[in-house]
Amino acid sequence: MTYPSNLKYTKDHEWIDISGDRGAVGITAYAQQQLGDVVYVELPEVGASLKAGQSFGTIESVKAVSELYSPVSGQVVEVNAALKTKPETVNADPHGSWMIILALTNASEAETLLDAGQYQDLVK
Amino acid sequence: MEQAAVAPLKKTPLHARHRASGAKLVPFGGWDMPVEYSGIVAEHMAVRERAGIFDVSHMGEIEIAGRHALEAVQRISCNDASKLQVGQAQYSGLLTPCGTFVDDLLVYRLAASHFLLVVNASHIAEDYRYIAEHIKPAGDAVAVDASSRYALVAVQGPRALEVLQPLTGVDLSTLKYYWFAHGEVAGVRATISRTGYTGEDGFEILVPPQAADRLWLAVLEAGRVVDLLPCGLGARDTLRLEAAMRLHGSDIDETTTVLEADLGWIVGWTKPDFIGAEVLRKQKADGVTRRLVGFELLDPGIARHGHDVYVGDAKVGAVTSGTQTPYLKKAIGMAYLPVAQTAVGAEFDVDIRGRRARAKVVAMPFYKRAK
Repeated sequence: MTYPSNLKYTKDHEWIDISGDRGAVGITAYAQQQLGDVVYVELPEVGASLKAGQSFGTIESVKAVSELYSPVSGQVVEVNAALKTKPETVNADPHGSWMIILALTNASEAETLLDAGQYQDLVK
Repeated sequence: MEQAAVAPLKKTPLHARHRASGAKLVPFGGWDMPVEYSGIVAEHMAVRERAGIFDVSHMGEIEIAGRHALEAVQRISCNDASKLQVGQAQYSGLLTPCGTFVDDLLVYRLAASHFLLVVNASHIAEDYRYIAEHIKPAGDAVAVDASSRYALVAVQGPRALEVLQPLTGVDLSTLKYYWFAHGEVAGVRATISRTGYTGEDGFEILVPPQAADRLWLAVLEAGRVVDLLPCGLGARDTLRLEAAMRLHGSDIDETTTVLEADLGWIVGWTKPDFIGAEVLRKQKADGVTRRLVGFELLDPGIARHGHDVYVGDAKVGAVTSGTQTPYLKKAIGMAYLPVAQTAVGAEFDVDIRGRRARAKVVAMPFYKRAK
């Protein structure tokens, strides 16, 4: 599995794609492989405020359910509604399937996240 | 009693094959078993549309033989084994005196006075002790735990017959549902039954353990023309749930009676006596107070085993099995509800991690194959 170098990663297997004061959040290729066939993604409402490490939803595969954790603090400005009807895209394209977009409230938090190389070491 | 240190996981004769094939293995009932090969959804769909092969060698086999073998089986198994001809099998239960399940099982009549019981993996020792104890009053019959002498492979799906037929001299097309025959499959001595736990046509094949790998590879090879997939316990569970087959330990156990589980059809009501008969006859006459139903979720989400069930503010039961089904593409499940709430169309709530999701009682099975 390859992990794009433009993303930052958490130990809980989320990624965040930061550009300016916005960040798109999804789960990693490793996470989707561990979960297996994803059948349901439950996401927050637009406007929800999240702290770094706070649960923002759940993802369910046929065999298991997992919490989704926000990599950084921020306010939800957009939710990927397409995942409601096509949750399986998380399996097919995990690093392209963003779940929420956050308006970051503390950009410095991103410095504590893992880069692609560190994340690769974590899951190998 | 203190539990001893965790026992090492048991391995089926096909364990090395699963490992070498890259299957994901997990502990299940004391066994290290493949949960999935290529993915639960792909495997589930293969069985619904083509064919799949499962290693279910973890299941136990207990043989009962002797002059009074039929009387012995009649006593410990709730279904009526006298209705079985040699070569025929039936679904049944081993019950407590309260009419609840010690285990569920298949009873095969190998010969007039020789039966084979196929029981759940995690209950082999318990079932054997129960059987050995309770057949004593029946007369001249002995029970033997023969589990180590058998491997069990299931080939399931609408094209299972087409895959298996070239490998055996047994005419599979004449083998009726819940009948079995002895013969060779891929050069291996086998007992082939037209049974399964998927709601699909298919066969279960008992072979000596040392021949299991040979059979497995032969079926995979013969299955290439239909794109047969090796399947794990994950797909086995979603398939059996769509077919509304009960899972012991989840849907039925020592707290649920046969009638509450809506399995009255596996009770031999006309036979003289069996363990649990008295309670079940009374329950049949008086009616049950709760019953297992099938349901569909109307709201998004997946109901899972253990989630509480509410009617209004009253907690009335719990989900026993639940999943998102790959074929029907719905969130379905089973739950025990008060009888007044069990009519098809009746609605209730499932508490999914603190969120109430609306559910509706539906008829079971959820999936029924075309004849």
